[in-house]
Amino acid sequence: MEPFIRLRSGAVPFARANIDTDQIIPARFLSRPRAVDHGQFLFHDLRQAPDGEQRPDFPLNRLHWRDARIALGGRNFACGSSRESAVWALFDHGIRAVIAPSYGDIFANNCVKNGVLAVVLPREAVEALMAEAEASPGSEIEIDLPEQTVTSAAGTWSFDIDPYAKKSLLEGLDELAFTLTHESDIAAFEHRMGRDNR
Amino acid sequence: MSEPAPRTLFEKIWDSHRVLDREDGQTLLYVDRHLVHDGSAPAFELLRQRGIAPRAPDRIFATPDHYVPTDTRDRAAITDDRHRGMVDALEANTAAAGIRMFGLRDANQGIVHVVGPETGLSQPGMLIVCGDSHTSTHGAMGALAFGIGSTEVAHVLGSQTLWQRRPKTLRIKVDGTLGLGVTAKDVILAIIAQIGAAGATGHVIEYAGSAIRGLSMEGRLTLCNMSIEAGGRAGMVAPDETTYAYLAGRPYAPSGHDWDRELARWQRLPSDPGAVFDREVSVDGDAIAPMVTWGNSPEDALPITAHLPDPAAEPDSERRAAMEDAFAYMGLTPGAALESVTVDRVFIGSCTNGRIEDLRAAAEVARGRRVAEGVVAWVVPGSAPVRKQAIEEGLDRIFVEAGFAWREAGCSMCLGTNGEIAAPGERVASTSNRNFRGRQGPGARTHLMSPAMAAAAAVTGHLADVRALMAEG
Repeated sequence: MEPFIRLRSGAVPFARANIDTDQIIPARFLSRPRAVDHGQFLFHDLRQAPDGEQRPDFPLNRLHWRDARIALGGRNFACGSSRESAVWALFDHGIRAVIAPSYGDIFANNCVKNGVLAVVLPREAVEALMAEAEASPGSEIEIDLPEQTVTSAAGTWSFDIDPYAKKSLLEGLDELAFTLTHESDIAAFEHRMGRDNR
Repeated sequence: MSEPAPRTLFEKIWDSHRVLDREDGQTLLYVDRHLVHDGSAPAFELLRQRGIAPRAPDRIFATPDHYVPTDTRDRAAITDDRHRGMVDALEANTAAAGIRMFGLRDANQGIVHVVGPETGLSQPGMLIVCGDSHTSTHGAMGALAFGIGSTEVAHVLGSQTLWQRRPKTLRIKVDGTLGLGVTAKDVILAIIAQIGAAGATGHVIEYAGSAIRGLSMEGRLTLCNMSIEAGGRAGMVAPDETTYAYLAGRPYAPSGHDWDRELARWQRLPSDPGAVFDREVSVDGDAIAPMVTWGNSPEDALPITAHLPDPAAEPDSERRAAMEDAFAYMGLTPGAALESVTVDRVFIGSCTNGRIEDLRAAAEVARGRRVAEGVVAWVVPGSAPVRKQAIEEGLDRIFVEAGFAWREAGCSMCLGTNGEIAAPGERVASTSNRNFRGRQGPGARTHLMSPAMAAAAAVTGHLADVRALMAEG
């Protein structure tokens, strides 16, 4: 997994609350292997009309936000289905960080596993960042993971992050390989459990 | 010596599954049961790339549900190569690893969250995971059960463990007596309407109170199923006589001396008197009416007797914008009576409401009536055993005579991954769990409700108060 340390980029705003993972990637695209570019499915049905025509007003279709590597989300961003392909769609499109007031729990976990940073900031801070993105679309946001700060022309904010998530992102940690270094603990637990159950 | 501190049901299960704790607050938890379905191909692929085999195949059980057709049990008849590929991949992956799979023609096949409890695989005190957000369902058995992503599925396959930070606890007490025509689905929709779609984010919910104790096992499964729609990490109900009576004699439930030993363990699981929850919420069970959703979030739920809200009257700008989007997508008029909203399709089924009690409740309304002109109504049992039992009880005849299509078991129109979807603009009365935009097909409009309410919509052709039909008899 590619480490995440610092990122400076434009930020594309998705202003609504409760944007669910069915919007981020509709269910009919879930049967694709990971190797397929999932970026083409990102917000598929919001981004284009049923006839395939791109909706010019959808944020991802606006020229200055097409290459944004940061997404701004509303409250409870990416709630609903556990589909990890929601993160794959963001990642493959080039999004490496999301900033929102809150997330669906499973999505937040899936982000860490894929090297995507999900920053939690207060609603007022996210609204300030969205207002700035709308007002001056070329503006950039800098995220510093070691310092745990978000900086833009609108201000600087500190954010909290789970220490394990931070370490995983900074080091690009291979979690399964790490866990298997504790194989003897797992085996001991299994032995203990088997004994207790008799 | 001081008494041990009182603990919640959740804390007891958490504590008994800790393999090790890290200083940074992460705990490695041991997984008792890992359920996999036909969306799990990417996780098996991740593991294969690493050259790792599943660690404990005897703890893993599989069934195809997301991609199976519900008009036939013939796998070769799946015309979409990708869909058939997902079903084939599950069979190949489980066969190679020595994992028990309940295949398309197996007597126990069904939606994974119906199959787990029904076979007795999901038991009190267990830690259960599955790569599906509705894994919260199994918490109704008194288990800790939650959904995980593909990378986590691969991690559990490879190590039988999972790293987790301890979530907070939320107790939701529903006291009182549920009225006529009010079901577990109405209770959970009323809860989500009260606390919001993110009301339980970061929390494990324990449902308690007299109205919850009075629910059947099927009702508790419906309740816990939709915990995720309130943002909850998991939902649980303490095991009691209802739980034990449901489990006894099921194929994978313990028996004989094992039953007695396990029962003694299960009886120690309920939260101790004085156990402290991080948050408490109370809901008045007496006040709950049959509910329907009108918007694109499960929190947009109202009693059937209500009128649609008016976005113009909403003071919060973020909420107002979401409401305006929902009205436009759903093709509804602010202020209109919910009962005036006509439907095109009805879907009775899913891991939320595809159990025998659900089919009985719907059949009770359908009996002697006809599906309204122009409405297409489906009944999709949650599993092969549910389907078999319904046939033994004659429910299939009632549905067919009333004009419903009687189908095979699977997820079907809940999310349409198998291609069974509604057309753009079609309005669906659905017993499933999500009314998201496009959930039942691009442009499809979903209203969530109980099985009895969905049957009432089917026979009247509009959203309808089932209590009026029940009074007619």
